[in-house]
Amino acid sequence: MTVKKKRRLAFAAALVAVGAVLAVVVIYGLGQNTMYFRSPTDIADQKIAPGVPFRLGGLVQQGSVAHGAGAGVRFAITDGKSTVPVTFSGVLPALFHEGQGVVTTGVLSAGGIFEAKEVLAKHDEKYMPPEVVDSLKRSGRWKEGGV
Amino acid sequence: MTGELGQLALCFALALSLVMAAAGFFGARADAHAARSIANGAAMGLLVFVVLAFATLTYAFVVSDFSIALVANHSHTLKPMIYKISGVWGNHEGSMLLWVLVLAIYAGLVAGLQRGGERLTSGALGIQGLLAAAFILFILFTSNPFVRLDPMPFEGAGLTPLLQDIGLAVHPPMLYAGYVGLSASFAYAAAALMVGEEGWARAARPFMLIAWISLTCGIALGSWWAYYELGWGGFWFWDPVENASLMPWLIATALLHSALATEKSGAFRTWTLLLAIAGFSMSLIGTFLVRSGVLSSVHAFASDPTRGFFIMILIALAIGGALALFAWRAPTLQGGAAFDPVSRETSLVLNNVFLVAACACVFVGTLYPLVLDALTGTKITVGPPYYALTFAPIFFALLLLVPFGPKLGWKRGDLKTAWRSLYPALGLAGIAAVSVLAFVSPRGVAATGAFAVAGWLIGASILDLRKRKGARASAFAAALAHAGLGVTLLGVTGTAAWRSEALQVLAPGQTMTVGPYTLRFDGVTQEKGPNYLADRAHIALMDGGKVKAMLEPETRLYAAEGQAVSDTAIRTTGLRDLYLALGDDRGQGRYAIRAYVSPLAPLIWLGALVMALGGMLSLGGRLRLRAREPASEPVAAE
Repeated sequence: MTVKKKRRLAFAAALVAVGAVLAVVVIYGLGQNTMYFRSPTDIADQKIAPGVPFRLGGLVQQGSVAHGAGAGVRFAITDGKSTVPVTFSGVLPALFHEGQGVVTTGVLSAGGIFEAKEVLAKHDEKYMPPEVVDSLKRSGRWKEGGV
Repeated sequence: MTGELGQLALCFALALSLVMAAAGFFGARADAHAARSIANGAAMGLLVFVVLAFATLTYAFVVSDFSIALVANHSHTLKPMIYKISGVWGNHEGSMLLWVLVLAIYAGLVAGLQRGGERLTSGALGIQGLLAAAFILFILFTSNPFVRLDPMPFEGAGLTPLLQDIGLAVHPPMLYAGYVGLSASFAYAAAALMVGEEGWARAARPFMLIAWISLTCGIALGSWWAYYELGWGGFWFWDPVENASLMPWLIATALLHSALATEKSGAFRTWTLLLAIAGFSMSLIGTFLVRSGVLSSVHAFASDPTRGFFIMILIALAIGGALALFAWRAPTLQGGAAFDPVSRETSLVLNNVFLVAACACVFVGTLYPLVLDALTGTKITVGPPYYALTFAPIFFALLLLVPFGPKLGWKRGDLKTAWRSLYPALGLAGIAAVSVLAFVSPRGVAATGAFAVAGWLIGASILDLRKRKGARASAFAAALAHAGLGVTLLGVTGTAAWRSEALQVLAPGQTMTVGPYTLRFDGVTQEKGPNYLADRAHIALMDGGKVKAMLEPETRLYAAEGQAVSDTAIRTTGLRDLYLALGDDRGQGRYAIRAYVSPLAPLIWLGALVMALGGMLSLGGRLRLRAREPASEPVAAE
C-alpha cells in the first residue's frame, strides 16, 4: 500500500466513524426529544402518563376562559367530542380567542388537567393549524370551508 | 391592461429562457461562438421581461388595482405605501415571481460579467435557462399572479398584519438573494462538469459570496423580526421554516471554504462540485418546505397540493439531474491535489465535516416529522432539546477549531507555530471565562465555556487583523467573519443564560420589577394608526422616584384583516435589552404585562452584521482584484 492509499483509507475510516457517531446521536436525540400531537379525544381514549410533554390542540371552548387572581388563566380545549381543561400562566397570544384553533405544549397532571407551558395561536382567524383540522375531521366536527 | 401586460411579459420570458437554455448548452461546445452570443442576449432579454412582469405587478399593488385577484386578496387602500410594495411578495404567487426575478438578475450577472471561460459561462447560462423556464412554467400554470377578479371588489382584503413590518418587508428579498444566489454556483458547477473543469470555483466565487452574505443578513433579519414581533423574547425557535434557511447557510459556508481550497491549492475538486449542488438543493428543499404548505407557519401561504407536487418534481429533476451529471462526469476530472495531514486543507476538511454534519442534524430534525406523518399519520414535533443535543456540540467543536485554520499554511502547516501564535487568543478566552466566573451569576458551565470560546474566536481574529495589516483583503474578511461568529455567540449565551423574566397583572399605578428595573404601569390608551386601532400601554421605567423613560408596547387590531398583533417595546441600553409585551385585558383597567431583560441580546444581530461585513470585504477584494488583472490565471498558493 502506498502512503497515499493508506492516508485515503484512514480518512475514509475516520469519516465512517464520524458518520456512525452522528447517526447514534441523532437517533438518540430524536428518541428523547420528540413531542407527540394529541387531540382531546386521544386523551380520553388512551392512557397518557402524567408528566410527559406533548402538544394538545383543538378549539378553545366557548365560555371556558377564566382568569385567575394572578397571571394564571384557565380554559378548555375541545374537539367537539371530548374536552380537556387547561391551565396556563403567561400572556396569551393576541390571536387567542374562544372558538378558535389553538395548539399548546405542556404536560398532563395527575388530576387530568393539562398544564400548558406554551400557547400558540400565531395565525389569523381564517387559519387553522393542520393538526387541529385533522383532529376535528376525526371527531366529525370539521366542515370544509369553516367550522 | 396591466395584468395582461405582465402575463405577456412572463410568456416572453419563458420563451427567452428556453432559447437561453438551448443556446447555452450548445455554446458549451468548443467553437459555437454564435450560440454563446445568443445565450448572452437571451439572458439580458430574460432579465428585461421578468423585470417588466415584476414591475407590472408592483404597479398593480401600488395603485391598488383590485381587478387583479392577487391584489384584492392581499392589499388594501389604507395600507402604508411600503407595505403595499412589500405585499407584492407577501403572498405565494408574488413571492414566486420575486424568486424568478432574482434568478433572472443572477443570469444577467453571469452573462454580463463573463467570469471564467466562454464555454463555462455558456454552460452555466444553459442551466440557469432551464431553471428559469421551470419556475416560470410553475408560475404560469399553478400560481399565476395576474389572474383577474370579476366583479372587481371595492376594497382589498389586506395583508396579514404580522407581515406588515419593516423587517419582514426586507426579509424575503434578502433571503431569496441568498437562496437563488446558490443557483449561480450550482449552474457553474454543472457547467464545469459538462465542459471539464475550467476554473469554475474562481468564476463562481463572487456569486457564492453574494449568496452567503444575503443568507446571513436574511436569517438575521428573520430572527430579529421573530424577537421583536412575536413577543416571546426568543430569537430562534428551531421552527422548520427557520431551519429551511439555516440549512442552505450551513452548506454555503462549507462551500465558501471548500471552494477556496480548490481555487488556491487544487484540493477537493469533486467535493466542492458536490457542495455546490448540495447548496442549491437545500435552497430548493427549503422552498418546497416553505411554499408547499406542508408546514404550518406564517410563511406557508399556499396549501394547494398541485403546487407542492410541481415543486417536488422540480426538485427531483434538478437534484437528480445534477447528481447524475456528477456521477457520470466527476470521475473524468483531475483528482484533487495532495496535502499534508497538518495543513490549511486539513483544517478546511474539518470545517466541512462539521458544517455538513450540523446540516445533517438540522435536516433530519426538520424532515423526520414530515416523513413520519406521511408514512404513519403520527404527528410529532422535534423541539429545541434535540438541537441542543445534536447541533450545538457539533457547532461548538467547529468554533473551537476555527482559529487554527488561518494560522496554517497551504499544503503543509506547522501546528506548533500555529498553536504558539494563538497564545494571546487563549489569554482572551481565559479572561472571558474568568470574568463570567467572577462577576456574573448564575455561573453555568455552558455559559462559561461559551464565553471562553467566544473570547478565543475574537482574540484569534484580532491577531489576524493586526498581523496582516496591509495584507490581502481576503485575510481581513475571514478574520472579520470569524470574529462575527464570536460576537453572535456572546449574544446567544447572554440571552440563553442570563435572561430574567417577569409576568404580572397590573392595575394603573402599580409597579413591577424585572432584573434591575422597576416599571410603573400608567394605563392603556386607544390610539389610531393608518390602518389599525391600538391599545397602547404606557409603562414608565423608574429610577428612584423619577421617570427615566417611557415604553409603550401595544396590541394592534387591524380592522380590514380582523386580526390582532402585539407590538413589543424594546429599550436597548448598552448591551442589554429591556423588552416589554402587552398581554390580555383583565378588566377594570388591569392588564397582563410580560417583561424580559436580555443581556447581550443586541450582539446576536451585531455579530451577523460583522459576518456579513466580512463577506462584503471579501467580495470587494475580489472585484477589485479582477479590475486590476482581468485575465483569470490561477493564483499561486500562498
